Amino acid sequence: MTESHAEAIAFPFGRPDPFTPPERLAALREERPVARMAYPDGRVGWLVTSYSAVRSILADPRFSSRRELLNVPVPFPLMQEMRRPADPGMFIRMDPPDHTRYRRLLTAQFTVRRMKQLEPRIHEITEERLDAMEKAGPPQDLVREFALPIPSLVICELLGVPYSDREEFQQATAVLLNLESAVEDIRAAVARVAAFFARLVELKRAEPADDLLSGLVTGGELTDEELGNIGFLLLAAGHETTANMLGLGTFALLQHPEQLAALRADPSLADNAVEELLRYLSIIHIGPIRAALEDVEVDGELIRAGEVVTLSVQAANRDPSRFTDPDRLDITGPASGHLTFGHGLHQCLGQQLARVEMRTAFPMLFDRFPDLRLAVPAQEVRMRDTMSIYGVRELPVRW
Amino acid sequence: MVENALRVTTDTARCIGAGMCVLTAPEVFDQSEDDGTVVLLDESPPPGSHADVRRAERLCPSGAISVREDPGTA
Repeated sequence: MTESHAEAIAFPFGRPDPFTPPERLAALREERPVARMAYPDGRVGWLVTSYSAVRSILADPRFSSRRELLNVPVPFPLMQEMRRPADPGMFIRMDPPDHTRYRRLLTAQFTVRRMKQLEPRIHEITEERLDAMEKAGPPQDLVREFALPIPSLVICELLGVPYSDREEFQQATAVLLNLESAVEDIRAAVARVAAFFARLVELKRAEPADDLLSGLVTGGELTDEELGNIGFLLLAAGHETTANMLGLGTFALLQHPEQLAALRADPSLADNAVEELLRYLSIIHIGPIRAALEDVEVDGELIRAGEVVTLSVQAANRDPSRFTDPDRLDITGPASGHLTFGHGLHQCLGQQLARVEMRTAFPMLFDRFPDLRLAVPAQEVRMRDTMSIYGVRELPVRW
Repeated sequence: MVENALRVTTDTARCIGAGMCVLTAPEVFDQSEDDGTVVLLDESPPPGSHADVRRAERLCPSGAISVREDPGTA
């Protein structure tokens, strides 16, 4: 085999503590920010760890998001499904012009203005969850009672998913996002969620209401298959991500009491605190992933056409050449420019919704329970170490 | 020191509607109700907003905002 193959690293896993990325990532960022990496199927591609290289690749049209061109840097049971083009509507795994067509149908629904209009409803949903927690009394699992249901209810509301159906949906998506799930369980969960959305599209066609999915249905530009897949994509993307930010973010604030005290003392810090938590926690731990469409040189390394690059957002967001004292959580420092929502054409469509949810939910939680604290020692909090979206499995709390 | 005037241009064909500009400089940028793409409210914004406008240019994920100095009109 060639020399470069012999040098290829494996995707780094394993954290020294819940808030510190694998140490190998920091060493790579310093020494080889664009490094040869072996993928589990034997192919060799790249791992990119510096802020500048991650950002430039995300903005570069010579790097594709097409599903059939990608590879996954960790053992992945659905690899066979990956090797064909994305299903209609699944635009996160497409390039322009297909991606553009779908995204344009959705962007008007996710503007800053529309997300701010949702704030009172998010406030109500959060209030209801806090009331339920208070009524049940401590200890409670914050993930189950707060972090998971709030974004789930918000995105269900946006899409127009009946409240009675959301429990089924939550169970199915949890299976999909767990890297430890058996292949047959994942296939079954995919089928369940797909059937769920097919029914929902039918319902919206019969009885259109004032929600996103009804708007897309009555717009008449999308097939039922596309509508179902877009619904699936938005619900999955809007649910598990914000849920993990709320759970892990609460854990981080409880473990950094001086930061929490600063936020309590000055509520106007909430917006910046959200940005800093997004940067510091960088919950997307595997990917984004792209494939080179032609030979491209990045930081002196030649990435050949067809090779797959895994971009480490968590390494990029801790790059000392971009952020001052990056391993410190500082809710008063400048955090904008982080890559947690990505960059380029695929930058998160729902990011303004996520911001409003977090800016609403964190202060309300700490207002309601001023002496919120862990109900177990910090080292007993179980982390989602093997999941593509990082976070806490549960967060037992008292008040 | 007199600050030069800024001239802002936007490209709705490149815009992906992420909303970063509206979040960063809401007095200069808005989003269309129809497709969420950028609407330029002020192509020569006042000096007080220059820092925000430049930040919006840097943060724009699709490179749809261009800001250049207009030395003649300071």
